[in-house]
Amino acid sequence: MRWRDIFRLRLRSLLRRPAVEQELDEELRYHLDREADENIARGMSPNEGRLAALRTIDGLEQRKEECRDMRGVNVIECCIGDLRFALRQIRKSPGFTATALTMLALGIGASVTIFAFVDAALLKPLPYRDSSRLMRVFETYQHGSRNGLSYLNYVDFEKQNQAFRSMGAFTFTTFRLSSTEGAEAASGFRVSDGFFRTLGVAPALGRDFYDGEDLPGQPRTVLLSYAAWQRRYGGNPGIVGQTVTLNGNANTIVGVLPKQFYFGASNAEFWMALHAGGGCEDRRNCHNMQVVGRLKDGVSRDAALANLAVVEQQLGTQYPATNRGWSSALNPLSETLVEDVRPVLLMLLGCAALLLIIASVNVASLLLVRAGGRKREMAVRTALGASRGRIMGQFVTEGVVLVATGSALGLALASWTMQFLLRTIPAGMIEFMPFLSGLGVNWRVLGFVAIIALLAVVQFAVVPALRLNRAGLAEGSRRSSGNAWRRLGSKMVVAELATAVVLLVGAALLGKSLYRLLQVDLGFQPEHLVTLQMAAPRSYANQDKSIALEQDILNRLEALPGTTSAGIASDLPVLNDWSGGTNIRLLGRPWNGEHNPTVEREVSSSYFTTLGARLRRGRYFTHAEDVLKPAVVVVNEAFAGKYYPGEDPVGKRISYDVGRPLSPVEIIGVVENIKEGKADSLDQATMYVPFVHYAGTYFSLIVRTPIAAQPMVGAMTAAIHQINPEIATKDGGSMVGLISTSGSGYQHRATAWMVGAFAALALLMAVAGLYGVVAYSVSQRTREIGVRLALGATPGTVSGLVLREAGSLALVGIAIGLLGAVGAVSFMRGLLFGVSPWDAPTLVAVSIVLAGSALVASFVPARRAASVNPAEALRAE
Amino acid sequence: LSKPTDLVQGTLDLLILKVIALEPAHGWSIAHRIRQMSGEVLQVGQGALYPALHKLEQNGWIASEWAISENNRRAKYYTLTKSGRKALDAEAAGWERLSAAISTIVRAM
Repeated sequence: MRWRDIFRLRLRSLLRRPAVEQELDEELRYHLDREADENIARGMSPNEGRLAALRTIDGLEQRKEECRDMRGVNVIECCIGDLRFALRQIRKSPGFTATALTMLALGIGASVTIFAFVDAALLKPLPYRDSSRLMRVFETYQHGSRNGLSYLNYVDFEKQNQAFRSMGAFTFTTFRLSSTEGAEAASGFRVSDGFFRTLGVAPALGRDFYDGEDLPGQPRTVLLSYAAWQRRYGGNPGIVGQTVTLNGNANTIVGVLPKQFYFGASNAEFWMALHAGGGCEDRRNCHNMQVVGRLKDGVSRDAALANLAVVEQQLGTQYPATNRGWSSALNPLSETLVEDVRPVLLMLLGCAALLLIIASVNVASLLLVRAGGRKREMAVRTALGASRGRIMGQFVTEGVVLVATGSALGLALASWTMQFLLRTIPAGMIEFMPFLSGLGVNWRVLGFVAIIALLAVVQFAVVPALRLNRAGLAEGSRRSSGNAWRRLGSKMVVAELATAVVLLVGAALLGKSLYRLLQVDLGFQPEHLVTLQMAAPRSYANQDKSIALEQDILNRLEALPGTTSAGIASDLPVLNDWSGGTNIRLLGRPWNGEHNPTVEREVSSSYFTTLGARLRRGRYFTHAEDVLKPAVVVVNEAFAGKYYPGEDPVGKRISYDVGRPLSPVEIIGVVENIKEGKADSLDQATMYVPFVHYAGTYFSLIVRTPIAAQPMVGAMTAAIHQINPEIATKDGGSMVGLISTSGSGYQHRATAWMVGAFAALALLMAVAGLYGVVAYSVSQRTREIGVRLALGATPGTVSGLVLREAGSLALVGIAIGLLGAVGAVSFMRGLLFGVSPWDAPTLVAVSIVLAGSALVASFVPARRAASVNPAEALRAE
Repeated sequence: LSKPTDLVQGTLDLLILKVIALEPAHGWSIAHRIRQMSGEVLQVGQGALYPALHKLEQNGWIASEWAISENNRRAKYYTLTKSGRKALDAEAAGWERLSAAISTIVRAM
């Protein structure tokens, strides 16, 4: 018989158990019957014959068992037996099981949740062909912050560089989408002809833009995102060739992008051929184009940078007024897409890992205590003939059952938490995290769970088994070696407490950062401000019409019931970057071609009073200056400090925008710094220009009102649509709400809450761990305590003994934790605001919190120790 | 009754293989024949017989099939397989060596 037949036989014994059992039964019964027949033939009575036959076989069931043993079925049956036994053990101690599973589920759930975010943001490949060759191209002035390219520079870059196979330009745009019901705002991008080819993305339907389709004068064309195609057109397969009116122009839809495609913003619906020109795009010093390039094969990032430097050099000599001092910078596209979230996610992953460590250490020490309690059971089983392997197998089985259940619970918890967290991210933030569309449980996440589970099994099963082994099974018959457990348990508790300190310090620092951020002086009073953005049709771009529209809007907003005052600005404070700049020249000073970049905001005369800004010197604009075109500006303190240090800038004259002919402008006032960028950014030199100079059609409206935001936004929108239903509005809300749900405000709030939650869980688990070890220690020392009490120790000294033990553990844990925290938080320096990583008050506060919690946790066992009855303790085993 | 342990370790396997080699047989008749052929000296403990049969089958030395027995009932018959034949030869040779060695010592005394 060959091994194949043997294998088949074994498989049959295992899988066709009823049949095999029945055959075994029949075979033995046949034997018994023959034996009985023989006995009867020898003259016994039928009953006697039968009994004699049974005696010869010496126990029918035992024989059957031996036969099963011989068939090799038992190895597997053993495992099933172990499993049943493990389940019974676990059911028998519901308190232990519930505690262990809760900790495991929390630890695993937290780390899997964070890992899923890390996976979606950092691990999942981008939906572009060969995305590692894609670079974002930036320009920097005198190696300062990264800017986009000006359109004209982009054209020259694309023509003159030798490092890139192709380049594509894109710029985020809010379109005014017209329909029969009026206009609404819709997001999208204007992109150059080769943008999608550079990314290596082909439309799912229709065609890509052809070369030159992005030039002015070409027919206007647009590609739809998959989501827009589904939502706005019901997935109509005949969509290609239809037209859509964007910004008042008819655009032909030429294609639909693939479903998994994303870029820049998840809510981008329309991808319009660029058609550059007009305003900013005619000027070399207006850097509004974002650029992505695909490196040629074999060209490194450094080589490409060197090549672009040559191009910059040429442009600098050719156009010194606008290009001198500018150079290029390159960053991999994959990095720039996630650069805001990467440090946050990595920090959260670290926190989750720490939490998982605490959880698993806690469960391991619970198991150790239990294993200690089960030494007698193990000794009995050994005495009854259980092999060492069988007993180890039992531990492994119990570990596997525990971890498998814990992992399943953790995974369920994680997938729920993911969805929950996704819902808590405000819409304005999630738009710019399009990679989160890939969030979910996939094979990488499952692999991560498997690795954690494997490590946990090793820890939970093998460690107690080995310890039990080393301690020896035979000596466990009377007092178990409680001291060994206690020592190991103490080490574990110290590790837990130290880890909790690290998390608490991190959370406290982030909390303090958030507090500092909320304390930042924005330079105005954001409470009771309601804002709304609007886009007017191009027909208002003419300056006279623009002024008329502005006046009309202001009058209507001021007439609304509940309006205290109303203002208009080109951009809203806090919610934007310090972008939208120009270059100025200080008149009456020597000029050596320096650019003096300055942030520029166009505002109505009522802007400052509506915001509640504070005037330092001079005056604001008058109402008349809304309509006339006076050559006056208001500057902020940062401007005054930068260009007129120690001088009064009021009355000084400047000229701005180097591209235009010199036109002197007078500074009439200095206002305290208003945060025109993110709350955690540094103030920059800013000048405010009367709104009348603004030729754009995007307005930001601000109303100060005691009325709640939502009804006010409704009233404002209605008022604007009365003027013209073709004006689109978006992003209405209270200033305070918008600040807290956008940009830095949201980031600081979210990280503080997340890490705070981790820290709270860690504190809870560590304190529970401390309680467990101290309580166990007291229960082990009941006899000793009884002796002490019998010899005259007071309950006070006894509870002092216990408290001292707990206190020394806590102190060691806190000390180690503080050292670890100082090391760990230096990694998160970039996430802090207004607080140093080694903030002494924070460290002290965390130590006090932890020491207090430790005291509370050890108080109960200390009380119990003090109330031990010496007589009972001595009598008890 | 002689306990299975009374038989020298491994000899029960040899006896079973030998009996089956003569003709296929079921458990009861194997025990019966060992007793008969040994002149009623060797009493195979039935308790040991069946585990041994199942082990030999798992080893692939014997195969089983159900057939009608001499008293008109279904019984499980065991036959020797090819590898069982080899095993029998090896076991028999081993036994010859062992018993010869033991005999030599016993006679010398």
